[in-house]
Amino acid sequence: MSDIPNELKYCSTHEWVSSVDDGVVTVGITDHAQDQLGDLVFVELPEVGQSLRQEAECAVVESVKAASDIYSPVNGEVSEINEALMDSPELVNDDPYGDGWLFKIRIADEAELDGLLDADGYREAADA
Amino acid sequence: MTIKTVLNDLHRALGGRMVSFAGWDMPVHYGSQVEEHHAVRQSAGMFDVSHMLVVDLTGKRTRPFLQYLLANDVARLQSAGKALYSCMLNEQGGVIDDLITYFLRDDAFRMVVNAGCADKDLAWIKQQAESFAVTVTPRRDLAMIAVQGPQAREKTLPLLSPALADAATELPVFHAAAEDDWCVARTGYTGEDGFEIMLPATEAATLWQALADAGVSPCGLGARDTLRLEAGMNLYGSDMDEHCSPLESGLSWTLAWEPETRDFIGRKALEAKRNATDNKRFVGLLLEGRGVLRNHQKLFSDGIEIGEVTSGGFAPTLQRSIALARVQSDIGETFTVEIRGKQVPARVVRPPFVRKGKICINI
Repeated sequence: MSDIPNELKYCSTHEWVSSVDDGVVTVGITDHAQDQLGDLVFVELPEVGQSLRQEAECAVVESVKAASDIYSPVNGEVSEINEALMDSPELVNDDPYGDGWLFKIRIADEAELDGLLDADGYREAADA
Repeated sequence: MTIKTVLNDLHRALGGRMVSFAGWDMPVHYGSQVEEHHAVRQSAGMFDVSHMLVVDLTGKRTRPFLQYLLANDVARLQSAGKALYSCMLNEQGGVIDDLITYFLRDDAFRMVVNAGCADKDLAWIKQQAESFAVTVTPRRDLAMIAVQGPQAREKTLPLLSPALADAATELPVFHAAAEDDWCVARTGYTGEDGFEIMLPATEAATLWQALADAGVSPCGLGARDTLRLEAGMNLYGSDMDEHCSPLESGLSWTLAWEPETRDFIGRKALEAKRNATDNKRFVGLLLEGRGVLRNHQKLFSDGIEIGEVTSGGFAPTLQRSIALARVQSDIGETFTVEIRGKQVPARVVRPPFVRKGKICINI
């Protein structure tokens, strides 16, 4: 049984999104996703300032097994990336909702969050 | 329908993440592939390799038969228990399988072949064996456990019968000792010291449990792959297959050309290519830029495609990405690999990348 915190929003493509803090949301991959991928060995993140389109590829996580695309959950602009993942991609495995966050987005329209899955919806979608 | 080894219940009880591999239900890891990899480099790990097939060959003409069947020469096997790595070729010089042959005793040899090739190998061997009156016996009654790592031998020896333990203690590298249906070989697929143990399937769970109690870490197919890649060992089906010559797969060292009078299957086809200048090179690669090398990625030099990664991945011991690759013969030592549309620099290095816990290349 994987961990799916109630306070987050989710995409069926296994990203999680935090609630808005001063116009910014944090994005990562779910506990279920990291478990399925196995040990992460490489993370490629977008650049700060890059504008992201909802549901478009914007990052890549690679495990010992394979590479997986990360899709932006919302429209907006990258405000910060998790530099620690460059040297320690395993943080995503160890703490997917904490130190293993991927990037932050200055969200264009907060109402987009309403269109994402809640914890129950994600649990059902991912069969996690 | 996947087939289960006799240890399947134990893998599941240990939390093994099961995948289908060559028709077998096998653990890819038991939690962390990377930790399993490090366990083998630093202490000891064990692998269920019971999906591989043990084939016994008996009869007065077994030795001449194997000298015809295999590209390496079993004439090199003169003392009981000695092992030989070889390719088994088709008439075109393509690799049907790579395998280890053990000389057990007079007129009795044993082969261990890849799980994914077992059915076709058996059909091919039986077909070739007819005119030599050699009896071919697949041994699905046996299981096989590989124990690998710097502490593998000391953790395994106390679990063997006293007689077998004595024999195994003295075993040189690439030799095996047998007692009844137990056979302990000082071989492996990780670049570390250790044993591969063939034993009656009915006794495998007891040995596995005893090894676990001795602190040997269960390891899945994932770690097996990263360990063999670091060791610079080929993987059948990725690095070579029936359409590749050993000459272009880094396996020339396994071809026994002498004596010239030995006619082995595939010899004629290979002789025609032996001194060709356009044979592809089979090389080790170290990725200089960021990313992970993966099978089938294309290699470029000055914008021209010059080869392909045959097996690549992340090397936990090196904390870098490495690969084996087949490239044109006339290229330099540095070029680029196309990773998701970007050209990332890589350079040729000489495998093994890691052996006996030590990094063997400049990184």
